Formats: sequence, C-alpha cells, structure tokens
Amino acid sequence: MARTTVDPKFCKGCGLCIEDCPKKILRFSENINDKGYHYAECFAQEECIACKICYITCPDVAITVEK
Amino acid sequence: MAKILMKGNEAIAEAAIRSGCRLYFAYPITPQSELIEYMARMMPKVNGTFLQAESEVAAINMVYGAAGSGKRVMTSSSSPGISLKMEGISYIAGAELPAVIVNVQRGGPGLGDIQPAQGDYFQATKGGGHGDYRLIVLAPASVQEFADMASEAFELADKYRNPVMILADGMLGQMMEPVEFKEALTDAEIEELPKKHESWCICPNEDGDKKHHHEINSLEIDPVVLEKHVTKLYEKYAEIEKNEISYERYNISDDNEVLCVAWGTASRIVKSAINEVKKDGKSVGMIRPIKVWPYPYEAIAQAIGPKVKKVYVFELNTGQMLDDVKIAVAGKVPVEFWGKVGGVVFTPAEIKEKLEACFKE
Amino acid sequence: MEKISYRPESLTQTPFTYCPGCLHGVAHRLIAEAVDEHGLINKMAGVAPVGCSVFAYKFFNFDMAEAAHGRAPAVATGIKRARPDMHVFTYQGDGDLAAIGTAEIVHAANRGEKISVFFVNNAIYGMTGGQMAPTTLPDMKTTTSPYGRDTDDIGYPIRVCELLDTLVSPYYIERVSLLSTADILRAKKAVSKAIQYNKEGRGFTFIEFVSTCPTNWGLDPLKARTWAKENMLPFFKLGCFRDKGAE
Repeated sequence: MARTTVDPKFCKGCGLCIEDCPKKILRFSENINDKGYHYAECFAQEECIACKICYITCPDVAITVEK
Repeated sequence: MAKILMKGNEAIAEAAIRSGCRLYFAYPITPQSELIEYMARMMPKVNGTFLQAESEVAAINMVYGAAGSGKRVMTSSSSPGISLKMEGISYIAGAELPAVIVNVQRGGPGLGDIQPAQGDYFQATKGGGHGDYRLIVLAPASVQEFADMASEAFELADKYRNPVMILADGMLGQMMEPVEFKEALTDAEIEELPKKHESWCICPNEDGDKKHHHEINSLEIDPVVLEKHVTKLYEKYAEIEKNEISYERYNISDDNEVLCVAWGTASRIVKSAINEVKKDGKSVGMIRPIKVWPYPYEAIAQAIGPKVKKVYVFELNTGQMLDDVKIAVAGKVPVEFWGKVGGVVFTPAEIKEKLEACFKE
Repeated sequence: MEKISYRPESLTQTPFTYCPGCLHGVAHRLIAEAVDEHGLINKMAGVAPVGCSVFAYKFFNFDMAEAAHGRAPAVATGIKRARPDMHVFTYQGDGDLAAIGTAEIVHAANRGEKISVFFVNNAIYGMTGGQMAPTTLPDMKTTTSPYGRDTDDIGYPIRVCELLDTLVSPYYIERVSLLSTADILRAKKAVSKAIQYNKEGRGFTFIEFVSTCPTNWGLDPLKARTWAKENMLPFFKLGCFRDKGAE
C-alpha cells in the first residue's frame, strides 16, 4: 500500500510528475490553487507503487510519498 | 607602553590587530601597501586570517561575508581601489554589517597619481556607492590619531552595525611618527566580541533543537518593505549624528578674525600657519572635523566669533568639504577656499600668505 | 504508512518563486537533502546569487547570505574564513558565475577554498528576461542574440567544469543534469558527495547542473527537457572531471 500526495500550496502545475509517473495515475486537478494553477493530483492511490519518481522530478518539492 | 616610530600604514594595521581584528582581506595598491604587507606578516602570528584577494571587489565581498559572520574584519585600499569597493560598501550598509575600511587617499580622478590628496571626501561622506546610506567617516591628522582610530572604528561599527571608513591619505600612510599603542585585547576578550551579534549573524546553531535562519541581505523586493528598511537606516543615521560628532577647536577665541576649517593632513599645515601668524599678533582659529560624517555643522557655526571677517577652507582638493562649511556658515560671513590638487601639498608658508592677505583686506 | 519521500527539513515552507517546471527547485531539494543526510542543518551557511535564484536565501532553512552579482564565492570565502566551523556553499547561475563572477569563481577554486559551489547552467539569463549568457549555445537565439549567438563575434559558450579542471587545487568537479529522473538520481549522489567532502573539510567542490529555462526558451517544461537533452548535453558533456577523494 502506498500513497502520493501533492500539496497544492507548492504545486505550479508544470506537469513533469504527470509525464514521468510510470503508472500514469497523476493528472491536473479541475480545481485551482491560490496562485491559479491547476495542481497535480493522484486519482488512483491503489495503483501507486511508491517508486518516488514524482517526488524526484517535482521542481517544487510539493509531493509526499508514503508506504 | 613606550612610543614606537612607525609609518601610518603600519600603525593602523598594528592598532587594528590590537583592537581584535583577526580577519583582513585586501588587494595591493600604492600608497597603502605597507598596510597589507604588515597584515601579511602579523596575522599568522595571532592566528588571524590574512588573504590577498584577486581584486578589491572580491576583498570587500569577503569583508561582507566575514562581517555577516559577526567577526571584526577590515580591508584597506587607496582611492582607485576604494572606488571598486563602493558596490560592496553599499551592500554592507544595506545589510547593516559592522566593518572597517581604510582609505589611504591618493591623487585622482582615474588612475591619478600616488601622492597624498583629499579628493575622496565626496565619495566617503556623500555616498560613493548606490542608494541611501551613510558611512561613519573618521579623518586622522597624525599617525597617532590614525592608530587610535582603529579601536574607535571597530567599536562604532559594532555599536551601529554600520561600515566605518578611516579616511587618511598618502602623507599619513607613508610618514613616520612616534606612536603609543593601546593595550591589546586578550584572546578571551576577542572571543567574546561576536557574541553580541549572534542573534542575527551567520553562526553555528548551538541549540540543536531550535533551528535558526539568519539572513544577511540587502534585498527587499516589496517597495513598502524597502521603504521601511531605509527609513530605519535613516533613524539610525540620525542617532549617529546626535551622538558621534567629533572635532578639534584650535586657537578659537573671541579675538579670531579668521576662522579656518581643515581636515586631515591639510589641518596640520594650517595649524603651523596659524602659529606663525600668531607671532605677528594675528588671531586665527581653526575647527578640524575629526569625523567628517557625521559633520560638525553647529560647532563651526558657534566658532564664528564677533570679529571673524571670513571663514577660510583649506583642502587638498578643489573644494569638497567646502560645501559642508557653507551649509554650516549659512551666509553669516564670506567663505573662501584655497586648495592644492594632484598630489601637490601646500606648505605652511603658502597658507600663512593666504591668511595674511585676509588681514590686509 | 510511513513517509518515505517528503520535503526536507533544510527547506523552509516558503514556496519557490520559480516559473512552473523550472528545475532550480530540484537542485535546491538535492542540496537540502544532502544537508539533512549529513546532519549539517545547524552548521550550514549558503550564499545566494543575483539572478532567478536571488531569493534562494528564503528557501533554505539555515543561515543564508545574499551576495552582489557574481560575488558569492568571495562572500563564501569571508564566511568560511570567519567561521571555519561552519560549512559553506554558494548557489549560482550561469550569468552570475560564468560572466560577471568569473574572477571570483576561478580564484576561489584556485585557492582550494573549502566551500561547495552549485552552478546551474541553463544557457540563458532568466531573471532579466532571456538575454544571452556566457553558456548560450552557438546560434541559439536570445533577446540579446536575436539572430543567434554569433561565435565569430562573441565567442563560444564557456565550459566551466573544464575551465576549473585546469587548476591544481579543486578537490571535486562534476557536471550532472536535472533532465530526467535517472539523471537527477545521479545528481543526488554528486551533491551528497560534495557536501560530504565539505563536511570533512577536504577542499573546493564544484557541481554543475545542466538545467532548463522553459519560460525564456519559449517551450513547455516537457519540451524544455527534451531540447536540453538534444542540444545542451552534446556541448556540456556530463561526467566527473575531478575527484581527489576517489584517487
């Protein structure tokens, strides 16, 4: 079991994590954060393998991975 | 302690070390090279840091880093090198760091020459670097005073968290005079010095649980915040103007018919001329600003006695402090100026001639 | 569940001011992780440059100094000499380090100053709006090389690692990239090694990050990574130039 959380406070919606996620379980949220960005979100936690690639690629250190 | 015959450049270096300066960064330039050479010899003997930087620009930024670490630090140069340091001095003032800068002035502008001059008065007292800031500027007139100003400069820098400049010239740097040094601070006393800065400076966090994040910085991108910061600086400068003005009154009396104003090396020569005309029964007084910022405007105004016909300003430039004297005199009596430039130094006889002419008018 | 990857303690909670997809943040994270890993948060001091990362002093959660443009290695020298018990690094971009600050970086390296320098090379000036950098590639268009960098007129990009590798004193010099997760993992090892050498007081350590500038290159963050891989890496070859610790 694993969980990936994107903190909307830090995310700028650059899309790098969405591109790099091997399981393709990240997407842009329909919601926007305080800065107006459609932040990234994980829509299928059950498929997360805790590979940490999203955390590694995220330039805003917005992602926490739990296992 | 017995008096030692020493060059001004060496005396200021020795006095700085005695005042607890253990960090010195500089680049060689005439006529201050004996200062950097003295530091190169002596700093290793007191476990201090001597570093010959790649440029004056690098040296002043090393000073910025060391001052940001709360330690007593000094750099020195001569006029063209001080111009290069001006960027860093503005940052040091903006970030409110304590540092001492010695300028052994030479002739300018540009590369100028290597003889004594006072052409950096504007640069030292009216800015030089960019932005609204002030330097505390000490102007010695003898090798003894040059040396004494080291501890004063470090204390003022520490007290106000502001850069302090000692504005000497090639004459004071190169001439030898007997000097008596103050007792040196002990290693234990020197170790204590940075402690008062440890609430804001770069330093190890001894209390591991309580992280600190000290910022050494002059950048405030928000105009309202920067306005507050500059206003705070100006309040500090007002405090310095209130507390720190210093000057010498020489031969001031109600009999004075001429009041001279001169600083640094120029004032020594004017003093000799005043003594000469005194022998002929002519009364001339002098105000010598010891700090040229903050400036003793009131002291000059008060020294204009009932018989004073003229205020006479003598400088080794084309008339820079003259502007401040005019502000002080505020039109009460005429202000006249005479100066020598390019590294040419006037003689007592020449000044005497100028003073005598006043009595013939 | 246990957190296995999270914002390092050595970063503050202040969101970065960089454009979306700018890789400065990755470089920041790698440094912060290395500081945490080596337990140096209470003895670390960083020096921020002028350029996009001018606000880096707000992002690292230990003592920081902001330097004048190009002067960070001199400021770091002053800090290290004043506080030998602190561990000091500079963080600089290509304009700051390889143009206006060329003298300071060369001489800090030549002295073997016991500091780490993290150099971010994205071949352009970001903060001022996309002007030509000393590392701008031949024929690359910028706002001050609108017809492409003319190497006959302005010369070729400066390869800083290679330049510093001509000096005797530096202890460790490596060029890494932030252009893929695999490269970031290699970069992480290099940064950690630099901070470890710094902790041990071994000497001057230098890491160059090949990075991107999506905004001023006029590319989205994904295309910017691809462009950099195809265009920058052939000129700025990745690898370790010097590692005295491995000799």
